[in-house]
Amino acid sequence: MKELIVISGKGGTGKTSIVASFAALASNPVLADCDVDAADLHLVVEPRVRQENPFVGGVKARILPDMCVECGQCRDHCRFDAVIPPDGQNPSFRIDPSACEGCGVCERFCPTEAIVLEDAVNGRWFISDTRFGPMVHAELGIAEENSGKLVSLLRKQARDLAGRQGRNMLLVDGSPGIGCPVIASITGADLALLVTEPTLSGRHDLQRIVELTRHFNVPCAVCINKADINPEMAAQIAAEAAAGSISVLAHIPYDNAVTQAQMAGRSLIEHSDGPASQAIRQLWDRSLAMLNSEDTSANGQ
Amino acid sequence: MNTPMTIAVASGKGGTGKTTVATSLAAFLARRGRRTQYVDCDVEEPNGHIFLKPDIADSRPVTVPVPRVDTDKCDGCGRCGRFCRFNAIVAVNRTVITFEQLCHSCGGCVRICPQGAIRESPLEIGRIESGTADGLQFIQGRLNIGSVRTPSLIRTLRQSLDAASVAILDAPPGTSCPVVACVRGVDYVLLVTEPTPFGLHDLKLAAAMVQQLRRPLAVIVNRSGLGDQRTHAWCREHGVEILAEIPDDRRIAEAYSRGRMLIDAVPEYEALFAQIAERLFA
Repeated sequence: MKELIVISGKGGTGKTSIVASFAALASNPVLADCDVDAADLHLVVEPRVRQENPFVGGVKARILPDMCVECGQCRDHCRFDAVIPPDGQNPSFRIDPSACEGCGVCERFCPTEAIVLEDAVNGRWFISDTRFGPMVHAELGIAEENSGKLVSLLRKQARDLAGRQGRNMLLVDGSPGIGCPVIASITGADLALLVTEPTLSGRHDLQRIVELTRHFNVPCAVCINKADINPEMAAQIAAEAAAGSISVLAHIPYDNAVTQAQMAGRSLIEHSDGPASQAIRQLWDRSLAMLNSEDTSANGQ
Repeated sequence: MNTPMTIAVASGKGGTGKTTVATSLAAFLARRGRRTQYVDCDVEEPNGHIFLKPDIADSRPVTVPVPRVDTDKCDGCGRCGRFCRFNAIVAVNRTVITFEQLCHSCGGCVRICPQGAIRESPLEIGRIESGTADGLQFIQGRLNIGSVRTPSLIRTLRQSLDAASVAILDAPPGTSCPVVACVRGVDYVLLVTEPTPFGLHDLKLAAAMVQQLRRPLAVIVNRSGLGDQRTHAWCREHGVEILAEIPDDRRIAEAYSRGRMLIDAVPEYEALFAQIAERLFA
């Protein structure tokens, strides 16, 4: 089984549109939407949920008002400012769940054992059917944390599912940035496809995500989306990638059909045979070739 | 009224134009004589500097405390490891090992160690860089590659703000802990979206996040004319005000690609920022 993860550093470069198109092109895939903060892949692939599970990422503290003697030690110990002292509306100490990291310090050191730790349901995760194959995805609760843990869980579930069903390709839609959900989504992947755009911001963010993939020793390749918005910048990015021995697998032209496909709830491949669609087909073929080559570990180190 | 305010420019979906709005809004306010600072809270991928081209006068490391074990004092009892919920400190065969990247800096292990064998030492997670740009105070966080302490860096960044200035916070994308760290306690949130299905879906999530934190919010629709009217309809139905609409204009995309600020590249759009400022400071 091969695992291809699509990430970008910068947001809005077209990760999800590319993953949806790959889903339409792959012969036997499992899909995983690991952009758990702002998951959008389901808007295109229309999953029918077969299995729903709560996601318990950790614990949160709760103060039992009857036991609390309002000594305030919990507030002094808490490094996350999660303890709200009594005010006019609330006569007792409370925990702000959006600030609590579930470390357990307040519970451990409360002199009257007035604090309990309870499992925090940070979201839900699903196994679904789509017209392209099964998909593992999630909804992180509003303002919740533990997105890295949720990403690790989704990837494990997706790999298990692929194993059970004898599917040979796991396609992962990643999140923007270089932080914990991104790190959780790339470690151990066979190939990270880095989607960038020919802007100074895209170039800057690409450099940081390339560094991240190297830091975690994940093979990577680049594609430049909307390449014709600034051809000189696209050429510069391609040259810099080449200088770092990173393959640029495609230049995808700006194409209104991408937005049109999104509006229609279809992948670009299903919607259009235009220039962007053609470029993504080529990108898919080259990504497959890279995944199947003997030496996917060569990422310029 | 001329009260300093903290305004976060956020979005659920990435790439909708947060930095475009935040840089132009900050520059516009400064040019109109308002004491303003631009604060790049997108510390994983800070891009505001590309447009504002600041002279960085100061760069300082940001550290978080992580445990260091004095092996002479440690008797290997393992209470620290049993306490730590993040697997950042474990005792294996009576030898304590720390995994500092997993540590949340709660300080629990230090408190719990009966031998007083654990103290905290600083781990660098990123830097805060500050300077000036075009009459603006400029400040940004930059997370070190491989660090996962995004919210800690954002919280530290926000502690170093100048209370006498309007602060425009350029938020990270998403709806989880990094954004919460940026948006918590601000006076106002501008959510930048684009009128597409992905944009609308993520706008709903971002609006719910802001409402949960009980912050007032309004929407700016970027690339207006690109998709459809569903975003407008949703805002109407939910009583969310659309403060401004930035047209889907190729000139904006080209200026962005070259690192030019919107109000400099296409000055006719300055009126949009005057409109936003008037609404915010009315």
